[in-house]
Amino acid sequence: MPDLIYPLEFAFFRQGLAAATMVGALTGLIGVFVVLRRMSYIGHGLSHAVFGGAVVGYVAGINFYAAAGLWGFVSALLINQTTRRRQIGADAAIGIVTTSSFAVGVALISRASSVTRNFDAALFGNLLGVSRGDLWVIAGVLVTTVIVVFFTYKQLLFMTFDPDVAPAYGVATGWLDALFALVLAATIIASIRIMGVTMIAASIVIPPVVARLLTDRFAVMLVLSSALGAVVAFVGLYISYFADIASGAAIVLTSATLFGVTLAAVSAREWVRSGRPRAALQALPAAEPEPPLFD
Amino acid sequence: MTEPIVELRHVTAGYAGRPVVADVNCRIMPGEFVGLVGPSGAGKTTLLRALLGMVDVYEGEVLVDDQQVNGRRRPSIGYVPQLETIDWQFPVTVDEVVMLGRATSSGPWPWPRASDRRDARELLEQLGIAELAGKHIRALSGGQQQRVFLARALIRNPRLLLLDEPTSGVDIKTRDDIMHLLVDLNRTGVTVIVSTHEINALAAHLPRVLCINGGVVADGHPRDVFTPEILRRTFGGEMVVVRQGTLTLVADRPHLFDEFDEDGLPDGSPEAAADARA
Ligand SMILES: Nc1ncnc2c1ncn2[C@@H]1O[C@H](COP(=O)(O)OP(=O)(O)O)[C@@H](O)[C@H]1O
Ligand SMILES: [Mg+2]
Repeated sequence: MPDLIYPLEFAFFRQGLAAATMVGALTGLIGVFVVLRRMSYIGHGLSHAVFGGAVVGYVAGINFYAAAGLWGFVSALLINQTTRRRQIGADAAIGIVTTSSFAVGVALISRASSVTRNFDAALFGNLLGVSRGDLWVIAGVLVTTVIVVFFTYKQLLFMTFDPDVAPAYGVATGWLDALFALVLAATIIASIRIMGVTMIAASIVIPPVVARLLTDRFAVMLVLSSALGAVVAFVGLYISYFADIASGAAIVLTSATLFGVTLAAVSAREWVRSGRPRAALQALPAAEPEPPLFD
Repeated sequence: MTEPIVELRHVTAGYAGRPVVADVNCRIMPGEFVGLVGPSGAGKTTLLRALLGMVDVYEGEVLVDDQQVNGRRRPSIGYVPQLETIDWQFPVTVDEVVMLGRATSSGPWPWPRASDRRDARELLEQLGIAELAGKHIRALSGGQQQRVFLARALIRNPRLLLLDEPTSGVDIKTRDDIMHLLVDLNRTGVTVIVSTHEINALAAHLPRVLCINGGVVADGHPRDVFTPEILRRTFGGEMVVVRQGTLTLVADRPHLFDEFDEDGLPDGSPEAAADARA
């Protein structure tokens, strides 16, 4: 058993741990809406787009948050617009734009020398990279997101569950959609140092999926997913430190393990209860809505 | 003279620049019970959504309660969508769904007000599904699903209730229960508009039907509008109309075998009799 206390003597580790835990809670919370709205690809797309913006900003000597923020918000709103339109090829368009943006970042970084270390950190996350300023940004995004979800809870629930009818009952879906896109972009920008570009999507998707396996209630799912996200990130960061692997990868591996264990446990319980194996994954959002059940 | 609760004047509406229904005119008075009948893809849902301000209106005017319907001002309308659009695995319980009807009017806190909770309970009791209140929606039968979404509409105390195919996919007993519920509501003064593609099971028993196919083909009592000519223009197929007393029955003539074609469908044919059980 490694000594879990002594790394806490280092400021970089304390800051990394605090950042990871908050990022885990944040991605877990926002992930509930992403998963239930079947927009899992959006986290992937946005993080890649943001990477491009951040590198362009770096090369041009602009502040990371200014560059990534502007780029991220614009991409989020654009992606949001395309998904609302339900055109054929909207997902393809998103893929092209975000991957191109990513490619621009890769190209610029490859031209600069001695940045391979940074490159790995950007892709897979690095617990060393967290400054005090980053901590404040992450805390700010987390608090803002919690407040937004708290005060728009009913409308968000309605819009997520039944987007067709919500506007007819007075829910300002256009406005809420835009707000959600902004919060999602902010989440990704705040998380990108710890999680890395390629790992963010998984950290947004896995905690809510595990939470969904454990509860049938939306409010419980929100709290549970945030808590699981935080715990998994906390544990993952320790693993990252002791095993010397990238922080994003360690966190995602930890949550993937939690997913596997939960799925096995829930399936076993169902089996015991019903006397036959049944896929616990039925509870997860299917690609197509299940047909209604009749007597 | 009372004002119509719904009035459409030369309405052409659709999605993304493409009209689905054209030049629709109709007036519906408070307290009416109206059916929109037509084949799938005819524009029934589009018309219902036009009353909610949820489709693009290219020409004409949609008036509800004498007010132009647009994105900003929405009159209190109860709307029960076609339930195929619902994700039944979504983590939400029956009482939560019902209280969504008050999502924008029940204060800033994430939890429901006591009055919302009480009204939801009361409605579920009235609809005979009080014991389902805390259940996950996955556990509902077809008829129960309809009632839950009806309760979500009714918690808004609407004067106008729109239901999209409320009886599609449910058994006969459930269909009759739902229709009796709607008739009872109608008696309390609620104007009801239902869409359906079921002629005999539903439309033929309503006091007024609008035949829809890219527009209004006919409008009136089933006795007057269910003629072979109008039905052909609405459904695009050959139909036989059978009248028995006050009952109008419609049977299709699928032209599958020549022998049936020879003599057509007589009054007492098995098909007409099968449909008559409703
Ligand atoms: N959201 C939408 N976007 C674009 N076209 C649509 C949409 N909904 C329906 N349509 C089209 O409008 C036509 C009529 O649909 P609808 O009003 O749903 O018919 P019905 O309810 O009578 O079956 C169909 O051809 C359908 O493809
Ligand atoms: Mg329809």
